[in-house]
Amino acid sequence: MKKGIFIGGAALIGLFFLFWGMWGAQLFQDPISYNQHIRPIVNNKCIACHGGVKQSGGFSLLFEEEAKAPTESGKPAIIPGKAKDSEMVSRLTHHDAELRMPYGREPLSEDEIELITKWIDQGAKWEEHWAYSPPKKDIPVPKLSADWEPKNQLDHFIFTQLEAMGLPQSPEAEKEVLLRRLYLDLVGLPPTLEDYERFSKSAMETAYEEEVDRLLDLPQFGEKWASFWLDLARYADSKGYEKDLHRSIWKYRDWVIDAFNADMGFDAFTIAQLAGDLLPNPSEADLIATAFHRNTMANDEGGTNDEEFRVAAVMERVGTTYEVWQSTTMACVQCHSHPYDPIRHEDFFRSMAIFNNTADKDLYNEQPKLLTYEDEDKEKVRNALTWINRQVNSDHQLENIENSFLHQQKEKLLYQVGYRKVEAEEFQDKSRFIELVGHDQKSIWQVQDSSWVMYENVELTDISSISLGYASLTGAKVEIRLDEPLGEKIGEGTFGITAKNFPANRPQNWEGLTIPVKKVTGHRDVYLYFQKDKTFAQDLVRVDWLFFHLDDAPYKKLSSDIQDAIEDLYEIEAVHTPIFQELEGEKQRQSFVFARGDWRSPDEEVEPGLPAILGDLADSVPPRLAFAHWLVHPNNPLTARVMVNRIWEQIFGFGLIETMEDFGSQGFEPTHPELLDWLAIRFIHTHNWSMKSLIKEILMSATYRQSSHVTDEALEKDPYNKYLSRGSRTRLPSETLRDKALAISGLLVPERGGPSVMPYQPEGLRDFSGVFWHQSEGKDKYRRAIYTYWKRTNPYPSMATFDNPSREVCTSRRIRTNTPLQSLVLLNDPAYIEMAEAFASKIHREHPEDIEKGIATHLQLITAVPPAKEKVKVLTSLYQEALDDYQTQELAEEEARHLALTLVCNAMFNLDEFINRR
Amino acid sequence: MDLLQEALYRKAAYNSRRHFLKQCSSGMGAMALGMLMGCDKLLPQTSRPSKNAFNGLSHFAPKAKQVIFLHMAGGPSHLELFDFKPELKKLDGQHTPKSLMEGKEFAFLKGTPKLLGPQASFAQHGGSGAFVSDYMPEFAKMVDEVSFLKAMHTDEFNHAPAQLLMHTGSARLGKPSMGSWTVYGLGSENQNLPGFVVLTSGGGGSISAGKSAWGSGFLPTIHQGVHCRSKGDPVLFLSNPGYMDSRLRKKSIDAINEINRLEHEQVGDPEILSRISQYELAFRMQSAVPEVMDISNEPAYIHDMYGTEPGEGSFANNCLLARRLVEQGVRFIQLFDNRWDTHGVGAGNGVGEGMRRSCKAIDQPIAALLQDLKQRGLLEETLVVWGGEFGRTPMMEARTGEGFDGRDHHLEAFTMWMAGAGVKKGYVYGETDEIGYYGTSGRTHVHDLQATILHQLGFDHERLTYEFQGRNFRLTDVHGRVIHEVLG
Repeated sequence: MKKGIFIGGAALIGLFFLFWGMWGAQLFQDPISYNQHIRPIVNNKCIACHGGVKQSGGFSLLFEEEAKAPTESGKPAIIPGKAKDSEMVSRLTHHDAELRMPYGREPLSEDEIELITKWIDQGAKWEEHWAYSPPKKDIPVPKLSADWEPKNQLDHFIFTQLEAMGLPQSPEAEKEVLLRRLYLDLVGLPPTLEDYERFSKSAMETAYEEEVDRLLDLPQFGEKWASFWLDLARYADSKGYEKDLHRSIWKYRDWVIDAFNADMGFDAFTIAQLAGDLLPNPSEADLIATAFHRNTMANDEGGTNDEEFRVAAVMERVGTTYEVWQSTTMACVQCHSHPYDPIRHEDFFRSMAIFNNTADKDLYNEQPKLLTYEDEDKEKVRNALTWINRQVNSDHQLENIENSFLHQQKEKLLYQVGYRKVEAEEFQDKSRFIELVGHDQKSIWQVQDSSWVMYENVELTDISSISLGYASLTGAKVEIRLDEPLGEKIGEGTFGITAKNFPANRPQNWEGLTIPVKKVTGHRDVYLYFQKDKTFAQDLVRVDWLFFHLDDAPYKKLSSDIQDAIEDLYEIEAVHTPIFQELEGEKQRQSFVFARGDWRSPDEEVEPGLPAILGDLADSVPPRLAFAHWLVHPNNPLTARVMVNRIWEQIFGFGLIETMEDFGSQGFEPTHPELLDWLAIRFIHTHNWSMKSLIKEILMSATYRQSSHVTDEALEKDPYNKYLSRGSRTRLPSETLRDKALAISGLLVPERGGPSVMPYQPEGLRDFSGVFWHQSEGKDKYRRAIYTYWKRTNPYPSMATFDNPSREVCTSRRIRTNTPLQSLVLLNDPAYIEMAEAFASKIHREHPEDIEKGIATHLQLITAVPPAKEKVKVLTSLYQEALDDYQTQELAEEEARHLALTLVCNAMFNLDEFINRR
Repeated sequence: MDLLQEALYRKAAYNSRRHFLKQCSSGMGAMALGMLMGCDKLLPQTSRPSKNAFNGLSHFAPKAKQVIFLHMAGGPSHLELFDFKPELKKLDGQHTPKSLMEGKEFAFLKGTPKLLGPQASFAQHGGSGAFVSDYMPEFAKMVDEVSFLKAMHTDEFNHAPAQLLMHTGSARLGKPSMGSWTVYGLGSENQNLPGFVVLTSGGGGSISAGKSAWGSGFLPTIHQGVHCRSKGDPVLFLSNPGYMDSRLRKKSIDAINEINRLEHEQVGDPEILSRISQYELAFRMQSAVPEVMDISNEPAYIHDMYGTEPGEGSFANNCLLARRLVEQGVRFIQLFDNRWDTHGVGAGNGVGEGMRRSCKAIDQPIAALLQDLKQRGLLEETLVVWGGEFGRTPMMEARTGEGFDGRDHHLEAFTMWMAGAGVKKGYVYGETDEIGYYGTSGRTHVHDLQATILHQLGFDHERLTYEFQGRNFRLTDVHGRVIHEVLG
């Protein structure tokens, strides 16, 4: 092993000098390229003081016009064609250390100075960083000699590189290994013993492609592929920050799964998520897609400033959008111009202006939201609506009942018949000292003296009284005021004491207080202004609902069974999903540059726009929609490259550019730049943005099908397999580990979609707002990992140990680690123990007489290829030793066998072949 | 070098290889080089803690080998503990001058609140004559060991961001915590235990900033803090299922490793060898962690000294555990005690009786910890830091209109102290104004504290960096000044 390390290290150093050597050899070749020769020097040695953050001496090398403009001395530092007259060169070579650059550091090497001199003499030709120019459409596919066995054109790029490195193509992996690879990569589940048998008997060439097609069409495909997108979307079931309360946004997760399954084009996928609400006649799905950016954290901590956290969320959306679609580190530009890439400080705020006009504002209740019904309720609501609609006076009827937007139709009908009930927590504004109760946030509490809530734009014509559903331990007063907290008072009332205590912080019954109000007409903002009555307390009153009583409300004239039906209809709970909604007219916000990124220091006003380097925004549609269109425009230099890179990483474990999050000049160089561009062009023009089609192309390659066995030579020349000299071998993500163990043990419940579930986790995990984990019962214990409740400040422990991010912010790649804590999870997590027990029972059931044969047979589920005899022997000896041990204890024979077999199954779930994909 | 160390360092080096390539001639790059080359001298030789094994990776000679950071989450009031303000007593009940409120943001204060005089009585203690209130009688006996920073200030007035700023140098999420930086820079001295351990007490065992306060941010996850729990397994999933004793567990791990070895022979991936070593380490941790976390075998006089009762998740127990972890070579030990948010929104929640009661839970254990470290000769190489994420206002919090003795969050001035590992003994640095609102001299920011802690560990805080998203990040962002005034 020591030798292995040494070789690895030596190889790295070797590579280092190899590059060094190549660079040196090119020194005197013409012409000097800015990107290839000059930019690396500038980025390493100059730009920290002459870039976006600092422009010492009035000289910056970030933009061509700045680099060639006069500096503080009055003349330019770079005079194209005249290195001798250029201050840059004279300062690099100055004899006085005080004047020589880089200031206070080692001088540049002679080679470096020579390069810069030559470059200026040759005209100081500027080049943009490659990532800001669109990929070329006519990239030739390299030709290969007859020694290579490519399966498609993609292989030509990979093998050409291997040839240059003196490495051979690896042979194709064993059939069973390939089958498992396809299963894990496409659906995130392992093949069954029957699948192995079927596949091993079939003719390879046709069976392989059939298998790819079949797996691409399975609904489990979306459940596997959604994960990486949900990391980018920072999807979670809680809001983050101190309180980290529940957020109902799982319909977005299901939308992503469905979109992958339906093979939605990446262009449409993009537009729906960034601007689905701005499409003509958006569907419910279009609106749910916009929840992408409602996954930002929200702060419910007492005493926080909602505007501060609204602004924080909008700024985060800008950074996330650029990271996800452009692999550009826009967040750098929040406080100052980009230190390394040509993006200016104000560019951030022009982008921010694109996102600054959505109605959400860090409210507790996460408005605006789309309310929808799950299938079983959908039926109920539609039936009730249809029936009630037929019973009411034709003036109040809906024209017809549509299948979508049922909730809006329900609200409209209830409003028209005068049933005007509002959930108290659905306010549009509040003062400090108002909070919502606990995890579900379905009622108001912590109402303190002189605090208030506001309901916007309420129709008050013919409203004669307002009722409140409340509970109180101390009594309190409430005033009903209009348009501002201490605006015109139209009524007041006193809450009585309703209980001595609230068990588990929840009132057990609610009482109604009806307050007569002065008649006003039109739509007004209604304020409830609370005051103490006789006693001060931190928790004066809880409020559950409001009811605006209309004179002669039509529903009151209906028969009691219809009235009951209306009440029942109101009570059917909808699923809430926060969405984007654009502010209109005078409600639109202005956007400013924030000095040093501080929202409290607004500077000049800015209009929505793109960083100059990236182009212009069309003005025919709202800016956010135009922005989404621009992202997926074929001329956008980055989107297709970025997405190809992400899909590549999902399959091979590394991107063609390892720094998935940064394609800028500080990111890694691509290992195969031509291939990246060639695939990007194909993604747009040949695959028409189809992700399944791109995935299939990659899986059909010979590159993908290589065996992952590694030779000493390959380990030396390609230590991390970045050049794909062999099949990739990577640690499986936490989701796949769980799903795989569930599937092998037979416990997996394949049910799809719906609210997140809470499988077993150790007791005693609490968070700031108390116990939050209410373990699921029955089948919900065994659902796929993607449905596990994602609590940001307390991620599911076994998954967090296997490198799942917290999803508080956008995550472009999970850095895979290998720690002893992971071993402890697979060895001892009771969830994995339960799976081992179920696996043992299954083996026992199928091979009651010959447990050793059972072990040998089922070990194939871990090893893919029929397991080697030695491996079987190790496990059967373990079984025998454990059995001997248990037999000496006072256990029934059956029990002893089961325990011994469980121990063996537990060991199987800890084998490297279980943990890795190869 | 044994297999485990080789694997651990290989992993770390793998994750840092870019840094190595870029910076191979200096500092951290040289360290990565050492890892890659298997340069034995740089690495701990045994799995036992060795007293002199300072890995030689720091920027200059370190004073501290280990850090214990006692964080009073919620923000303890400096005005009731160390910052004696007789003038504030005279002003008790008077309206706060407008000039102090204008342009300032507080979490809950509004209007013109009244000033609230100190609720504790103060006296000078020790040879140094430092002021300590009667809330902390035991700690008062130890003042000659510590340096007070009386004019600390921060940028954040809400708990979660202020805690993040204190531990990660940034109020936003995603940055590595101080402990992670430390183990990233220095590694661990004991290969059977995590290098960065977190212990919590009070408030249900969690704090506002959550796990991010000990997260590894963009550093490899092997550097994150391991939260040892007081109930159940100290480290999650440490115990075997009931029917599997340690002997059977050993057999099953041997079987796993044997098959993995066969697999390695066949496919040749060196990562399998790290996997094998991680299983060996996991097995060793199964006995090492419970052993160090079990305080029941401490002698009675130690329990008397700390006020500990085995089996509780108390701050006292955590202080004793901190000493045990220090003895085992754990690099960074972070304690959070969450009971210090004294708003006075109800009786017993303010800086009067409520806070006096809270102090009872920490006073004796802290004094015992300092005393115990000292008598074992460990204080010389262990830096102990005490404080909260911010202080409390000289104004009474008038949230409820009248009544209780609360103070709001205050970012302009608060007190922290440090002891051991080259910190001056019996010294006070910094001063606040007559009512403890602003620092008037010797102001020190959170980033200055961080720079100082890193300095004592042997790091130049401007050079302990990690490249992420195209630029070098460090704990102190672009700020921080080592507070040389308190260093001996």
